[in-house]
Amino acid sequence: MAQNMSVEICGVRLKNPVMTASGTFGSGVEFSEFLDLNRLGAVVTKGVALVPWEGNPVPRICETPSGMLNAIGLQNPGVAVFAKRDLKFLEEELSRDQAGEGTKVVVNVCGHSEEEYIGCVEKLSDEPRADLLEINISCPNVREGGIAFGTDPKGVERITSAVRKAARQPVIMKLSPNVTSISEIAKAAEAGGADALSLINTLTGMKIDVERRTFALANRTGGLSGPAIHPVAVRMVYECAQAVKIPIIGMGGIRTAEDALEMIMAGATAVSVGTASFHDQTTVLSVIDGIEGFLERHQVSDIRDLIGCVR
Amino acid sequence: MKYREKATVLGCEEIGTRIFSLRLETRQIAAEARPGQFVSVYCSDASRLLPRPISVCEADAGAGVLRLVFRIAGKGTQEFSRLCSGDKVDLAGPLGNGFSLEMGEGKRILAVGGGIGIPPMLETAKRLASGGQDVTAVLGYRDEVFLRDEFPCRCIVATEDGSCGTRGNVLDAIRAGKLEADVIFACGPAVMLRAIAAYAREHGILCQVSMEEKMACGIGACLSCVYKSKEIDTHSQVKNKRVCTEGPVFLSTDIEI
Ligand SMILES: Cc1cc2nc3c(=O)[nH]c(=O)nc-3n(C[C@H](O)[C@H](O)[C@H](O)COP(=O)(O)OP(=O)(O)OC[C@H]3O[C@@H](n4cnc5c(N)ncnc54)[C@H](O)[C@@H]3O)c2cc1C
Ligand SMILES: Cc1cc2nc3c(=O)[nH]c(=O)nc-3n(C[C@H](O)[C@H](O)[C@H](O)COP(=O)(O)O)c2cc1C
Ligand code: FES
Repeated sequence: MAQNMSVEICGVRLKNPVMTASGTFGSGVEFSEFLDLNRLGAVVTKGVALVPWEGNPVPRICETPSGMLNAIGLQNPGVAVFAKRDLKFLEEELSRDQAGEGTKVVVNVCGHSEEEYIGCVEKLSDEPRADLLEINISCPNVREGGIAFGTDPKGVERITSAVRKAARQPVIMKLSPNVTSISEIAKAAEAGGADALSLINTLTGMKIDVERRTFALANRTGGLSGPAIHPVAVRMVYECAQAVKIPIIGMGGIRTAEDALEMIMAGATAVSVGTASFHDQTTVLSVIDGIEGFLERHQVSDIRDLIGCVR
Repeated sequence: MKYREKATVLGCEEIGTRIFSLRLETRQIAAEARPGQFVSVYCSDASRLLPRPISVCEADAGAGVLRLVFRIAGKGTQEFSRLCSGDKVDLAGPLGNGFSLEMGEGKRILAVGGGIGIPPMLETAKRLASGGQDVTAVLGYRDEVFLRDEFPCRCIVATEDGSCGTRGNVLDAIRAGKLEADVIFACGPAVMLRAIAAYAREHGILCQVSMEEKMACGIGACLSCVYKSKEIDTHSQVKNKRVCTEGPVFLSTDIEI
């Protein structure tokens, strides 16, 4: 019996529920030397803005137990070069079957202001290869690079509806965990017209280098990611799944199929693998294979039967 | 091409205080590695997620043997120092650009290494020497000398405590030996590289330096490892180059060293 692995996110079919996490996979070019991108449900690209961004000074990262802190600061080449180069690469690399289906592309967008988000989203409207947009309103490392928009329900609703109006593609709002109540934020995004939600972005943290008696990161604080944050992410996915009707893409510390299945059972329709790809470039494939193996072992005919099965 | 491999440890020995020489049998990496490139070495303890970048010290393409020489700097390198022959270790590589040895063709070359920046200069010097190039190695140590006897070319040594060669740093040794050069290849601590770059600028010498920065992916995808460049970089579209991809070796005049 062949199990169904495909899921749907706001009308877009994913051949399996596993994608990459923005910022940990570039645009796939580098990882394509290690794995076939065509096996993924979707490639999620690094945050892109209307114009190029320099990002933060180095050191931008440090390792922490079962995780890492990053303060890249959303360095990106700007949407024009991104479209011409990175989307073109994905267009060539990703094949489609007779029905026109294949690995999807989710373009992650960041901005300093509402106008910048809208400008970038409008530029992407003409790009046929951008199947879905993921709007980062939660980057903890750039003051206006998102988090300013992402922590207040009214602000979230406003930016969501502004982006929703400007976008041709379905819009996924990416939420910050650095809030008192993530389900309030989720409801605000839904009220603003979000087609789906992604969570979680990184948790703000700090590391001190005791030998040098200073901050490990030039930015002082950074976003914590990796297996260390997984239980927090599962809890937040669960809370949001109880609070909204739109689909949720779960992420945060996924390293194994079991981690991904936890997210799915907590209510996620799809999942993203981020930091774990730094330890092993092919993590995302072993997560896909492991989910398939689980369905087989437990004689589950359809992955969709597991979504939110734990209440 | 880059490869992810499980390499087999052939041996791991201490060649200096807290400095280890690790020989690995690889399927592809050793065959394709060039001097100045590096490999990502992964910890078997998965709570340490990030790869440790370690330079190619020697690469024997025929035998498929890669040699890494590293100093214990923390938990990851400590783990590697305990590897025994027969153990497996995860690697990705070869990574980065490596030195452009062609730039030295027919020229007087200095291969300058400081401290734990010396290992990559060994394969560099070996390839230059076997190619019949005029290369002198300049090696700077704090006190204890390692690897020097393996260099197949003229070797000038500086030690900070004066226990061997010139007392002082590599530049003191270059000046004391009145070494003249058209091209410098260098790897070592940032302060040393900055001084070498300034020296090269003063004397009109072409200079390639191998830089370090913290890395998360090691393959160019995460933008952790950037170094400021003089001009806008075509990949980033800003004045940032990725040490793991455009580097680790840069022309000293291309970066804000
Ligand atoms: C291109 C390149 C080539 C290198 N070649 C060599 C070599 O041939 N021999 C050698 O002994 N060392 C080399 N280093 C330095 C080596 O990567 C670090 O000493 C090592 O990563 C320390 O790991 P740790 O777990 O022991 O230390 P920890 O301090 O516990 O490491 C914590 C984290 O910081 C990172 N880190 C710590 N120091 C450095 C550093 N100097 N550069 C980059 N990341 C660092 C580690 O990778 C890890 O992610 C090289 C670095 C780079 C960038
Ligand atoms: C180095 C790095 C860069 C990131 N860049 C972005 C980004 O550009 N946009 C974004 O929305 N999230 C970004 N993230 C957050 C991840 O997409 C993800 O939400 C988070 O890391 C949690 O998942 P993980 O634990 O699997 O990595 C980044 C994370 C890391 C580690
Ligand atoms: S380490 Fe990821 S881009 Fe260099």
